[in-house]
Amino acid sequence: MILTWLIAEIFAGGILAWIAGRWSRFWPRVISLVTLSVHMVILIVLWVRYFGPVGYVAKGPWVIEVSYSWIPQLGISYHLSMDGLSMLLIVLTNFLGIMAVACSWNAIQERVGFFHFNLLWIVASIMGVFLATDLFLFYFFWEMMLVPLYFLIGFWGYENRTYASIKFFIFTQAGGLLMLLAILGLYFVHGRATGVYTFDYNELLGTPMSESTARWLMLGFFAAFAVKLQVVPLHTWLPDAHTQAPTAGSVDLAGLVLKVGAYGMIRFLVPLFPEAALDFSDVAMGLAVAGILYGAVMAFAQTDIKRLVAYTSISHMGFVLLGIFAWNELALEGAVMIMLAHAITTGALFILVGDLNDRIHTRDMGRMGGLWQTAPRMGGVALFFAVASLGLPGLGNFVGEFLVVLGTYQANTTMAVVATLGLILSVVYSLWMIQVAFLGPNHVGWKLPDMNLREGAIMATMIAVVLWFGLYPQSILATARQSITNLQQIVATTRPEEKTQAPVDPLNVVLPEEWEAP
Amino acid sequence: MASIPMEQGLLLAGVLFAIGLTGVLVRRNIIFVLLSLEVMLNAAGLAFIVAGYRWGQPDGQVLFLFVLTMAAAEVSVGLALVLQLHRVFKTLDVDVASRMRG
Amino acid sequence: MLHLLFLVPILPFCGFVVLALFGRWFDRRQVAAIGVGSIGLSALFALLVGFDFVIAPPAGDHFSQSLWTWINVGGFSPHIAFYLDSLSVIMILVVTVVGFLIHVYSAEYMEDEPDGYARFFACMNLFVGSMLTLVLADNLLLLYLGWEGVGLCSYLLIGFWYTDPANGRAARKAFIVTRIGDTALLVGLLLLFTKLGTLQIQPLMQLASERWVVGSSITVAAAGLLLGGALGKSAQLPLQTWLPDAMAGPTPVSALIHAATMVTAGVYLIARMNVLFTLSPVIQTTVAAVGAGTLILAGFSALTQRDIKRVLAYSTISQIGYMFLAVGVGAWSAAMFHFMTHAFFKALLFMAAGVIILGLHHEQDMFKMGGLRKQTPLVFWTFLAGSLSLAALPLVTAGFYSKDAILAGAWASDAGGRWLWAAGLGGALLTGLYTFRMVFLTFFGQVQTPFHLKPGLRLLLPLVVLAFLSIVAGFLDLPRTLGNQPWFSDFVHTSLPETKEIAGSVERNLQIVASLASIGGILLAYYFFLREPGFVRRLMMTPLGAALHRFWFVGWGFDWAYDNLIVGTYVRLARANRADVFDLPMRGIALINQAGHIVLSRTETGRLRWYATSVAFGAIVAVGIVVFVT
Repeated sequence: MILTWLIAEIFAGGILAWIAGRWSRFWPRVISLVTLSVHMVILIVLWVRYFGPVGYVAKGPWVIEVSYSWIPQLGISYHLSMDGLSMLLIVLTNFLGIMAVACSWNAIQERVGFFHFNLLWIVASIMGVFLATDLFLFYFFWEMMLVPLYFLIGFWGYENRTYASIKFFIFTQAGGLLMLLAILGLYFVHGRATGVYTFDYNELLGTPMSESTARWLMLGFFAAFAVKLQVVPLHTWLPDAHTQAPTAGSVDLAGLVLKVGAYGMIRFLVPLFPEAALDFSDVAMGLAVAGILYGAVMAFAQTDIKRLVAYTSISHMGFVLLGIFAWNELALEGAVMIMLAHAITTGALFILVGDLNDRIHTRDMGRMGGLWQTAPRMGGVALFFAVASLGLPGLGNFVGEFLVVLGTYQANTTMAVVATLGLILSVVYSLWMIQVAFLGPNHVGWKLPDMNLREGAIMATMIAVVLWFGLYPQSILATARQSITNLQQIVATTRPEEKTQAPVDPLNVVLPEEWEAP
Repeated sequence: MASIPMEQGLLLAGVLFAIGLTGVLVRRNIIFVLLSLEVMLNAAGLAFIVAGYRWGQPDGQVLFLFVLTMAAAEVSVGLALVLQLHRVFKTLDVDVASRMRG
Repeated sequence: MLHLLFLVPILPFCGFVVLALFGRWFDRRQVAAIGVGSIGLSALFALLVGFDFVIAPPAGDHFSQSLWTWINVGGFSPHIAFYLDSLSVIMILVVTVVGFLIHVYSAEYMEDEPDGYARFFACMNLFVGSMLTLVLADNLLLLYLGWEGVGLCSYLLIGFWYTDPANGRAARKAFIVTRIGDTALLVGLLLLFTKLGTLQIQPLMQLASERWVVGSSITVAAAGLLLGGALGKSAQLPLQTWLPDAMAGPTPVSALIHAATMVTAGVYLIARMNVLFTLSPVIQTTVAAVGAGTLILAGFSALTQRDIKRVLAYSTISQIGYMFLAVGVGAWSAAMFHFMTHAFFKALLFMAAGVIILGLHHEQDMFKMGGLRKQTPLVFWTFLAGSLSLAALPLVTAGFYSKDAILAGAWASDAGGRWLWAAGLGGALLTGLYTFRMVFLTFFGQVQTPFHLKPGLRLLLPLVVLAFLSIVAGFLDLPRTLGNQPWFSDFVHTSLPETKEIAGSVERNLQIVASLASIGGILLAYYFFLREPGFVRRLMMTPLGAALHRFWFVGWGFDWAYDNLIVGTYVRLARANRADVFDLPMRGIALINQAGHIVLSRTETGRLRWYATSVAFGAIVAVGIVVFVT
């Protein structure tokens, strides 16, 4: 029941904000902030209760579950379930939702009510995606998140917003369509094989099917998730969408929409088609590594600072994809860690770029330079998030990236080694961004107000979170552990010959023969 | 009563339909277009009646009644459009009303 | 006392946090008090801990302290934990004490900066904290944290004067070049964990020596990757190019980071992972060869520089080459000893040079200095003490004892020991030559630029203390031929393997040859640069001389090659693809659709009769299909 309430509260808040927007510009903001803050408190209480220091012994794979029959004739149910993975992502969604409201407090002055309606509906539908365990419901939320985001970019975006929003919509819609076909395919394959026609995730796990069927269905899912996760040849919507979206839209895109793709792969793609995913893993890891390097190179070449940050996302999401297809505990925990840390760091960078844009009204790096002189706090914060994004140990991204490459090294050494080259290239683009925007001479002669209290508070919160992730990631890793173990077990039962990564016992390591030659 | 062979009836219907279609295609005056449409409708109705008569079923006649009522409705809407056309374009030439060109 | 160990690295971090958050509200005195005080306290605790460690060695000659579990996933569980043995005792003492002196010096040196006083001390504190984490880390992941942390601080401080793009370029170069090495180190970590199942250093060493055979390919891979990290951080061939440019930073930064501490992290890493290097003789010999090559190359480059800080930078590269040579031949204690003496005399030289630079209004060209001996006698005498120690004047300087130990170790090693020794000897001659070229150009001869500065106590006191240490530190480790009191070696050998012994008579002969080399270098410098400066000038006029001078001056062309081959290609490729080639097919699809749209919209004529015709035509076709096809 609490899960329904979790989503419904935000949907209701959105409608309320829209209505309030008819009379006031102020109240929609307050309503959104209060809704999300109350929600955050509830979530943290839940988190502490179920995953806190006392420890929760899960009786099943799910911590909280709710299920009603919805369209029983077609086997569709309203089925929401939560485990550690969903918990983390929902908390993240909510947190970034608050940040998005806070960062657009002054920047949005038109159609304020409708803006916040869209913002809250994006947040709510993404939560729905993270909770749904009925494939039909999943698809429902998946498509629902698209429309408000389309409006967000199309109405409040920058100069080229129509092009960007349509491009975004067509890309994700095309991917979503392929996923719908795959869902239906799976539905019928399962129905034919067992006589039970259902969309329920738990039932569909382990559906027997031929190799080629599995491959095609898996590719259908992969198309949708890969578009969201911006796997390399399908990434081109993202720089445009990010560049043109308002700050809150960029935060949602980078922080949440991309994560939906990764979540889909972890929760649905690999467990539903373990064999096919295994066969596909070399290709997927190749794409991931290509993305890591390509995104990093492209980021360096950009002159639009928002576009630069957008390309860094592509590079980081490559690590997530790599971790997912390496599919061992280290890599998966790492992928989850990157998802969270990247959401915060990149979100913060987008907010910062937004603040900058509010002041100097350009995103062209050629017009920046020497801003440290006039806005040192802003420079310091930008530097912090830049080094977080280049993977400095002690900050969140490093933990994730290290775990991913460590796990990948055990699954596929070559890929892991090539992926580490991304760590060099990430230094190149991060430092380049800082250099061009904040260091060097202030050749335009900018005199800017430094960060105000609201902006400072947003950044301080995010810095604290990144430090927490970097220095005590155990709280995150422990929350995700049970669900990752469950997912691995699901996969391991259908992949009997392929052993999942057992914890390495320091006293029981078998060395390959060739190393031992004297 | 000497029965008319079905083929002749259908041939008549076909000829009427062709005349109506030609009228629709070649006349530019909208009144003539509407008239030609009526001819086509009645040709279709005639085909129904002939077919109904051939198999001794009432359905053909029922359907013709439908065609009649529909034709009446169509004429009323059509004449209203004719009046509008005349008011806006000061002419009855349909080719003038080509604003929906792609 | 030992349980206070965690305070040693934590205090500088606290200083950093306070200065970074509240620095703007403090005045300069408060900033200096916090910045210097945190390091001072840290040094105090380091001394207490070190004293306790020496007086009452803990069981097993090491002490560990775990603060919290950092990560615990799938059998991978590094802790935030510190490990103290004799090696790390020496490291933390040198880092905190030299660091403290440099902070005291900086408080006055940086006082005239218009802004960034708090920023400077924040970064310096962060650096010291990271460096202490690096040397105290109990596992390789925490070491890597410190390793990257010092790299970041190096970047921040090289680019301290950020308004000049050249400084930013030097800073980025330093970070990126060292990051290349760091990535190799990271891959090494992956390999070690995958094969041995832990990253905790001591168990790792244990397991490696139990499981792995000497000279097997996996040990070569592991040690080679770690060496990659060491090469980048310690500016050895072929990743040495960043260090001379790093002199763009303020002089105290060069003293602390680019001379005394961070650049020796590579030596520390190799010493810390000594078991791994002993297991792969190929890599260990490579270390020695790289060290020997670097010390010669950098020595020649130092000989041709005009900028006093660049001379010192090349000299640092060269001296770290000695340390690499030492660890490469298994003279572990000699390497650590040279690390310590080098930290003293090189920090001293940089800081003395800093006073001169400050007094000459940021003039760094030695050919515009001269005659400073009379103008700043105290700086001259301390600089001379440092130079003598660097040039290894026999018997009375610390540099002599540490360099001598390295040369003896090289001679004793099995793998090409004679060649390595000869390289070291040549390097000693070069060191004397370039060091005293610098001394003579700067302090002797004609006064070229008047000196305007009355250095305060905070500038001079660290110089005096370090000058004292540069002379007397050598007596901590007297070789068998000269007193036989190896306190330092005995202490180091509780954590590092013993050095191979050579016969006493051989050792004495080696010492005599080495002494002759260093004195010869000094005398040659006297002849070339003080008595007969015309000779060098004539030499440089000859085509060969000019070409060599140019070649050495630009650091053997490494920068040129890297800039053109790697950096240029990368930048050009990236910029050429700015519009993203993968967007082309997507735009192509959009264009095809647009073209189709244009064609189809032509059919929409808006004429009623045209539509009727197409309906009729379509109906005929449909009927035709039904009739004739089916």
